[in-house]
Amino acid sequence: MAKIIMTADDSASVRQMVTFTLKQNGYDVVEAVDGKDALTKLSSQKVDMLITDLNMPNMDGLGLIRGVRAGTLNKFIPIIMLTTESQDSKKGEGKAAGATGWIVKPFKPEQLIAVVKKVLG
Amino acid sequence: MSVSGITETVQYLTFKLGEEIFSLDVAKVREILEYTNITKVPQTPDFMCGVINLRGSVVPVIDLRLKFGMPATERTVNTCIIVVEVQMENEDIVLGTLADSVQEVVELEPEQIEPAPQIGTRLNTEFIRGMGKQDGNFIIILDIDKVFSNEELETVQGHGSL
Amino acid sequence: MIEQHIATYREEANELLTELETSLLELEDSPDDADLIGRVFRAMHTIKGSGAMFGFDEIASFTHEVETVFDLVRNGKLAVTKQLLNLTLRARDHIKSMLDADLTSDSVDRANGEAIIAGLRQILPDATPAEVLQQKKEKHSEVEHATDQQTWRIRFRPHPEILLGGTSPVALINELRDLGECHVVAHFEDVPRLEDLVPEHCYIYWDIILTTKCGIDGIKDVFIFVEDDCDLKIDLVDDGTQFEGDEIYKKLGDILVERGDLSPVEMRRILGLQKRFGEMAVAAGALTPEKVQSALVEQQHVKNVRQERISQDAASSIRVPAEKLDLLINLVGEMVTVQAHLSQTAAQYANSDFISIAEEVERLTSELRDTALNIRMLPIGTTFTKFKRLVRDLSQELGKEIEMETEGADTELDKTVIEKLNDPLVHLIRNSIDHGIEMPETRLAAGKPAQGIVHLGAVHSGDSVLITIRDDGAGLDRDAIRAKAIERGLITASAELTDKEIYAMIFAPGFSTAAKVTSVSGRGVGMDVVKKAIEALRGTIDIASVRGVGSTITLKIPLTLAIIECLLVRIGPSFFVLPLSCVEECVELARTDIENSHGRNLANVRGAIVPYIPLREQFLIAGDRPEIEQIVITGINGSKVGFVVDSVVGEHQTVIKSLGRMYRDVKGISGATILGDGTVALILDMALLLQAAEASEQASA
Repeated sequence: MAKIIMTADDSASVRQMVTFTLKQNGYDVVEAVDGKDALTKLSSQKVDMLITDLNMPNMDGLGLIRGVRAGTLNKFIPIIMLTTESQDSKKGEGKAAGATGWIVKPFKPEQLIAVVKKVLG
Repeated sequence: MSVSGITETVQYLTFKLGEEIFSLDVAKVREILEYTNITKVPQTPDFMCGVINLRGSVVPVIDLRLKFGMPATERTVNTCIIVVEVQMENEDIVLGTLADSVQEVVELEPEQIEPAPQIGTRLNTEFIRGMGKQDGNFIIILDIDKVFSNEELETVQGHGSL
Repeated sequence: MIEQHIATYREEANELLTELETSLLELEDSPDDADLIGRVFRAMHTIKGSGAMFGFDEIASFTHEVETVFDLVRNGKLAVTKQLLNLTLRARDHIKSMLDADLTSDSVDRANGEAIIAGLRQILPDATPAEVLQQKKEKHSEVEHATDQQTWRIRFRPHPEILLGGTSPVALINELRDLGECHVVAHFEDVPRLEDLVPEHCYIYWDIILTTKCGIDGIKDVFIFVEDDCDLKIDLVDDGTQFEGDEIYKKLGDILVERGDLSPVEMRRILGLQKRFGEMAVAAGALTPEKVQSALVEQQHVKNVRQERISQDAASSIRVPAEKLDLLINLVGEMVTVQAHLSQTAAQYANSDFISIAEEVERLTSELRDTALNIRMLPIGTTFTKFKRLVRDLSQELGKEIEMETEGADTELDKTVIEKLNDPLVHLIRNSIDHGIEMPETRLAAGKPAQGIVHLGAVHSGDSVLITIRDDGAGLDRDAIRAKAIERGLITASAELTDKEIYAMIFAPGFSTAAKVTSVSGRGVGMDVVKKAIEALRGTIDIASVRGVGSTITLKIPLTLAIIECLLVRIGPSFFVLPLSCVEECVELARTDIENSHGRNLANVRGAIVPYIPLREQFLIAGDRPEIEQIVITGINGSKVGFVVDSVVGEHQTVIKSLGRMYRDVKGISGATILGDGTVALILDMALLLQAAEASEQASA
């Protein structure tokens, strides 16, 4: 049974790249265009992991992480946030909100897969 | 005026093919062997006599008389194999040449050497570095690298067809 | 695939740039609108982040500068001014020109970009440290690849809340296991009574003893996401260097004290009790059994590591340049020749002392030869590993699911043989993947597992090695090969051929039945090249295949190239040797047999018709054929061919000598060898001789 990973990002190109990379490595992917969309979907669908951007309209990544951790269905899933190098402080904030880890943008497909494998075990 | 770039006194090994005296720069000569059994390699031109065992190495032997259009070397007690080192495409290869007899080592001054005549030697003049004179006899100084130049040996292929 | 991503990015960036322009213009009217500022920031952010990912580095670094300024605006540290908006609009245009330049390959006005950045820097408040604008490059701490294995003691004590962050401690420990040899002991003493237990909390901690080459940075990398969510203590307990007799590790008590599990005072007190230390410590209530267990594990682990290292050191190796080995082999080869001569001479003199010396030399020489050849033997496994990668990459490229199995990787072969086997094996494995294994859907439809298997095996067999490439794919298509062979005029439509004969067709030059040419194979070059390469190694190639079940290709390769077992034969005054590996038997050919066959070169061997080649004629060797000749019957490419010689002298072990460049183009003679009495015998290449004979027969027909 393939593991399901949600990617939440307002950038279609990043979503496309993440989805493509994950599918190529045998994961199923659910896409969400922003934090709100992601949280709505996560309230009714069980996933194995969440990869989220931090800067998104409607609800940002931090809001999304807090929302997931406060929920029930996906409370304990690993959450990886995408940050940029200029957002060192964001890592701390993200961790505090409940993120499991982070990936620094820009990243290569191999790096993404390495982190996914790391937190999914 | 010296010829063919010969500017210093050089020692030459002289040997006979038929009645003619030939010579080689001694620097090119490795050793002189008594005639020994030569194993013919099938389907090769006649001038390539075959191969011999030189202390564990397999060395090809050439009959220069056939190469120069003379009748084949007849074996006598004086027949020997001069082992020479030839440069071919920047590679040193060792091979033996049959000689009717080996004469001596002579020293020739550049003045004693004249350019090869264009006619009269029956040889391809390219093979000749010059004509040495000694005691009124002519010595043909061979350019052994040219004799075994690439094109010359490539002819083996043509003859080797089955 | 990447082009598609780039196109999406370009489309997206253009949309964002339009949005950016609108937002900036609106911002002009309401400069304090936080929502607008947020939108501008996000647009920049996405252009930058995605740009870097798809190779638009210039866009990324330029946009980064602008984004940094807007980050300040967003945080209220910088006000939106007319000047800022002007610069940002200019920046937006510049980004657009960079984006288009990639398409039109126009050059970008870099000076313009620099001017914009300079302008932006000017409006930054002085308080902003200049380096904010400098891209803070995250230092990728290169994992120090210490060449030596080190052993580490890691105590990983997660904070109780670690599970709430989605971290799986098991995943982390498994990651450590991947780094090297690892022993893990879990400690349960912190688990509270059931009524106090919070189900979402983690109460267990672990001691991990790990031997790895990764160094401390490699270990820390594992814990990178949980640095703040756990107590991590990493100690080096064995640094990989040690001296002889040093494999005894620390005493149990010392380990526990070093870990801080036990105070030195307590240790001394317990030691006073004169029992086994661990039992005493537990009994004394100073320690939990797990702690003692963990220390014992460490003790044992380090001891094992050290013992292993010592045995490795004992079996240490010296690197020697290959030329030196070649020289040694050559000398041994000459030695073998001289020894043969010595034995022959000794036999002539019939002096028992002399003979016994010669026998002793013979024994030593053969031992020396075997040892010298053995030095050049390497396990074939090194090439196998390379093929795993090949299979992985190719199957991905073709969308097939393939697993590679290997067997007998430790089978040893001469180094030069291994090197020369590489290309043919690559070819054969490619063929298995491309033509053999079917697409997953096809396999499932045929009732096979979706994942195909390519099996690569090596095994010793006498003085040869058998290498098999087996796949569970579609197998060879007998009918397709046959049709192709007829089409190409290799066989007639009515020819009755065995499966083996038909399969052998694929070795014809330019033969391919692949319906379409892929980047992998199907161009019809290959199998003939493979066959040539294997024959050059004096090996043979054999195909077995069952349609729908799979194919097996077996290569039989001699162990070494330097020395071969051969059959010595004579024609007139000349000696020749034939590699014994292809000789099947010898039969007599009497003059009467020749007369009965009416000029055809065919012999009747126990009812089977075997064509033969009279070598005396072929080689134009002068002299008369003896009354009774010998036919050496050989198996070449699965069919029998005889070679007629005057007499068979016997079996012979021979050192192969090159004939040198003067004779390199002679067909049918692959080298020379020196016999015991010093004469030179020529080594025959039967496959080429057969080819030449066939060619001349066709020419005369």
